Amino acid sequence: MEINLKDLLLLVFNVIVFPGVIFTGIAGLVASWIDRKITAKVQMRVGPPFLQPFYDIGKLFVKEICIPVNSSKWLFISAPLIGFTGVVLASVMIWKAMLAQESFTADIIVIIYFLLFPSLGTILGAFASRNPLASVGGSREMKLIISYEVPFILSLLIPVMKAGSIRLYEISLVPHGISSISGFIAMLVGLICLQAKLALVPFDAPEAETELAGGAYIEYSGALLGIYKLTRSMMLFTGPVFLIAVFLGGWDVFSFTGIFTGLLKYIILLTLIVLIRNTAPRFTIEHAVKFFWGPVTVIALFANSLALWFGI
Amino acid sequence: MSIGVKTLTRSLWVFHLAGSPCNNCDIEILDLLTPYYDVERFGIVLVGSIRHADVLLLSGAFNRKAVLRVKEVYAQAPKPIVVIAIGGCACTGGIFRHSYNVDGPISKHIPVDAFIPGCPPKPEAMIAAIVKLVKKLRGEK
Repeated sequence: MEINLKDLLLLVFNVIVFPGVIFTGIAGLVASWIDRKITAKVQMRVGPPFLQPFYDIGKLFVKEICIPVNSSKWLFISAPLIGFTGVVLASVMIWKAMLAQESFTADIIVIIYFLLFPSLGTILGAFASRNPLASVGGSREMKLIISYEVPFILSLLIPVMKAGSIRLYEISLVPHGISSISGFIAMLVGLICLQAKLALVPFDAPEAETELAGGAYIEYSGALLGIYKLTRSMMLFTGPVFLIAVFLGGWDVFSFTGIFTGLLKYIILLTLIVLIRNTAPRFTIEHAVKFFWGPVTVIALFANSLALWFGI
Repeated sequence: MSIGVKTLTRSLWVFHLAGSPCNNCDIEILDLLTPYYDVERFGIVLVGSIRHADVLLLSGAFNRKAVLRVKEVYAQAPKPIVVIAIGGCACTGGIFRHSYNVDGPISKHIPVDAFIPGCPPKPEAMIAAIVKLVKKLRGEK
């Protein structure tokens, strides 16, 4: 294979500027500000200023990094970077599929794997830090992944079936979430699974500020914690964008109406996520597993059978 | 002060350590974090781990066992860290200063940046102290 210099530069630009680190990072931090502001409004508070997430990340990058004596050092340092890499690559692939139509066969499966990386990084970091509370957090995160991945993938099967293709670009041409009954059910299932993927309340058992004191992240400080926080913010942007691409017909940035409707879809999804997070109490981990393997999987299978046999 | 401390003042994450207090100061601290005063406006949030903290909030008269823990927690904190002693007991030892098991005011063991006296101090007093502290850290008058 011959490597073209122009393509290589474009690839570097894609990873670093748009839609990679800088674009997704800024959008994610703004999204996390929207999240905190809506939370404040729900609790009848004023809430943090617009630049607050940027201050937080900036501050974390100048703080000291503490590495626990008994931890396995290289894994402890590289675990946040694994998650960060995953979310950046997922974002690049989703946006390139939607905008540049650069989509290859079965890229949706690769994206599912990349979206798993942040959780994987959390687990690795938690176990590497050798803190008992972090181990509990890590094992909860692991159980959570095992539970939500089943209905998540089942719900993604429906757009694949409807589009007759396993390429994200062809799936994103039609809004499958509102064009059929089964698609709508699948979208709801996907939204609930995304809530667990982002580890937000009611599925925040891995972090559990109140009883695990930060859980998986308990030993992280300084820039490493900053990378974790940034990764979570970027997931808050990339996760809903993935759902938009799969269920809501994508996000077109070449026309004014396209930008506006895409933004509207994103804001609606984000508001739904934030409102669920503010109005629900936390599931214990065994309830979360029962919830995902019980009702949610059954509903996803029901939607699948609707799509398969009745075509609605 | 260094550049690190200046950026710190924009987002203070607080770790609250109660060293055998009577809980009155703790109740007032929780009051400070309620929607009525809403200190998240200034980027102040409560965190669960000392590794995430920028402010170590101490309350209570520290006895000989608690002092060892405070020293350990202070050593575990990522620097730069700001230490605030809240309430009469943490500042001076209060009415317990002559007790056989109380090991002096906490400033004897770790450097304290701000003292907020009162039994318990009102949330307004704490906000005033935080404003003064932030101004001092930024080097303003």
